[in-house]
Amino acid sequence: MSLLGAEAPDLFSALDFARVDVLAHPSIGEISGAPFNELISGLCSGEQPLDILCLEGSVMRGPQGTGRFHMQAGTGTPMMQVIADLARRARYVLAIGTCAAYGGVTAAGGNVTEACGLVFEGQEKGGLLGASFRPASGMPVINISGCPVHPGWVIDTLVQICHGRFDAASLDAFGRPRFYASHLVHHGCSRNEFYEYKASAQQIGQLGCMMEHLGCIGTQVHGDCNIRRWNGEGSCIKGGYPCVGCTEPAFGDRDHPYLETPKRAGIPVGLPTDMPKAWFVALASLAKAATPERLRRNAVAETIAVHPGAGPGKHSK
Amino acid sequence: MTRLVAGPFNRVEGDLEIKLDVEDGAVSAAYVNSPLYRGFEQILSGKAPGDALVYTPRICGICSVSQSLASAAALGKAQGLTPSENGAILQNLILAAENAADHLSHFYMFFMPDFAQPVYAGEPWHAKAAARFRAIRGEAQREFLPARAAFLHIMGIIAGHWPHTLGLQPGGTTCAIGGAEQARLAAYVSAFRRFLETTVFGDTLERVAGLQSESALDAWAAEGGPSSSDFGRFLALAKALKLGELGRGTGVFLSYGAYALSARPAFAAGVFERGECRAFDPQDIREDNSSSWLVRAGGPRHPSHGITLPDINAEAAYSWCKAPRLGGLAVETGALARQLIDGHPLLRGLAADGGNVRARVVARLVETARLIPLMERWIWAVRPGEPFCLHAAVPGEAQGAGLIEAARGALGHWLDIRKGRIFNYQIIAPTTWNFSPRDVAGVPGACEQALVGAPVRTGESTPVAVQHIVRSFDPCMVCTVH
Repeated sequence: MSLLGAEAPDLFSALDFARVDVLAHPSIGEISGAPFNELISGLCSGEQPLDILCLEGSVMRGPQGTGRFHMQAGTGTPMMQVIADLARRARYVLAIGTCAAYGGVTAAGGNVTEACGLVFEGQEKGGLLGASFRPASGMPVINISGCPVHPGWVIDTLVQICHGRFDAASLDAFGRPRFYASHLVHHGCSRNEFYEYKASAQQIGQLGCMMEHLGCIGTQVHGDCNIRRWNGEGSCIKGGYPCVGCTEPAFGDRDHPYLETPKRAGIPVGLPTDMPKAWFVALASLAKAATPERLRRNAVAETIAVHPGAGPGKHSK
Repeated sequence: MTRLVAGPFNRVEGDLEIKLDVEDGAVSAAYVNSPLYRGFEQILSGKAPGDALVYTPRICGICSVSQSLASAAALGKAQGLTPSENGAILQNLILAAENAADHLSHFYMFFMPDFAQPVYAGEPWHAKAAARFRAIRGEAQREFLPARAAFLHIMGIIAGHWPHTLGLQPGGTTCAIGGAEQARLAAYVSAFRRFLETTVFGDTLERVAGLQSESALDAWAAEGGPSSSDFGRFLALAKALKLGELGRGTGVFLSYGAYALSARPAFAAGVFERGECRAFDPQDIREDNSSSWLVRAGGPRHPSHGITLPDINAEAAYSWCKAPRLGGLAVETGALARQLIDGHPLLRGLAADGGNVRARVVARLVETARLIPLMERWIWAVRPGEPFCLHAAVPGEAQGAGLIEAARGALGHWLDIRKGRIFNYQIIAPTTWNFSPRDVAGVPGACEQALVGAPVRTGESTPVAVQHIVRSFDPCMVCTVH
């Protein structure tokens, strides 16, 4: 559904441009019933070629590995069997969304449905198809993780594939396209000035940085969410709520409430991963001591309470 | 009698299979199966109460905001917290944007492509309908998608993104806006109004919303603008295929009431049966698992102490969906129910003999025509500078229910907090009402009843009439089997 929001170009123009011919899609495809199942069996048997398989949603293997929690309608076949058969025929295989990639929220809380991703189960390699699985093109399974995915992540991937410009080096260790996963959500954060000075929001809805108290993990999470905007101009942070890490393989379970930052001796657990903790703490306390009054007050307000002073001009030497 | 297994049904959200008994060229009994179990209620058990706002929207990519709002409302009840005025207005705007987008997505992406099916190739209208409404390649979808995407910029401004916002909270919304944001919201709504008035209706929203009767609708549809609009094209097809006589439902309709501000909801709550409206009492709801692959738990239960545990070997089961009943009755919910209960005269006329395919589609479009002017008013009712989000602690022990109206109808979340954690969380989605299996008394669900009598052509295994009826409910199967 997120993909339907693609813009400039819209979804169908983008598919035309990428020369993608949609054979079947559960939400937008034309055919139902027997013709649909005939098409799927033709693809599974190899009678009809399949260039790209996109899976949305996790693979339900339960109960007890039977797959009966998710049956393909009108066939009596477990969906996990259909997915495996299609994946073995496809030239490229894409997992769209964190559930299809890693299991996601459907695998949370003890995973009663035995949900997993195509080649991952959380951070562990394996999943439905196994760690060594490669589709016909030799390209690993492409995990466009995100809950939701940005429509641009899917379209940019498809267009590059169709132009032969997407290879294994385009992916990170979790199979995610590097063009978005080599960014951190923190990049382009609209609250960066608050972050720099550790001017923190106390309650959700306030303007300050959400890392210290409200569970934001955007400094560690992979995604270009604040560079490539959502629905025209949005992002989680711009919408006033923290990054909950929806592109990460572990998304789904958290050992503390999502909207709270766990702390040890008053210091947030889970600081940026690639700098020494002592330096971060030292910098943070320096920054805190230097926080301008404007940021200190705005951080705990819903709308700007103290406005920036007169900007630089001829009197500002 | 022959038995057909119909499905899968594309262009419905999620998985659906229907067993059909066919006698003398018509369906004599239908058994609706949701062939997927997802376990969200089990996932939520033991989580921090506020985490429900992370999990529940992810039940569905199309009803995501509705799930958020029901969850926020249930938490708010448990916390004794109601949204600020600004927060309530923005919650309404966010829900209205999802619902209007969903109504139109249903019309263009799910429902209308059926008229392009080869089974209608012999009809005089087929070539034109196919050129306009065919899936993916038809011209209508290509006009609709950019309009929809621009309209959903509303979500970018006030909800971060769509789907799966965390911006709806028990005390309001997390994104305070000012005059510039109001101006941009108004611009996006205005652009969508133009799309609706030029392409969908060929007339003003006010005239569409003000249609009073079937004869007024017929006269209107014969006018130049409307007759060459997509709604006009639908009405002509509905006449040719007698869709007003297809898919009679249970005749009992339920709405929890939609778009509440401090006063009454914009669309009233209640139960509608045989031309009469009566009050709705949430205590009358029971969930019946007699035909579900679920633990039976000693008979039907109220959702506040409901149990959802899978039992693949449950006797006489044929669906993962439960059978919710209201005072023992199978009910229909959705835009038609909302408009009937709110007393819209056109829909009261079109559904005088009960729900049908045409009335369900008309209700969605008329509701959209009523919703856009409300959104225009709400945008400017926001008072920048006043609070958007209020806060309160989550008690260690508390209960709460959040009953709202999603695009597809009545959506309820029931929450029980014990020792600061979620002890029990139960959800009844709109399609759980509409696509429920038989209950303990053997009474079929709303769609199962609506399918009886549907014509079956020679050689059809997923009959086109069955497809029209199924899609007229705009089912969301992924919510159904959360």
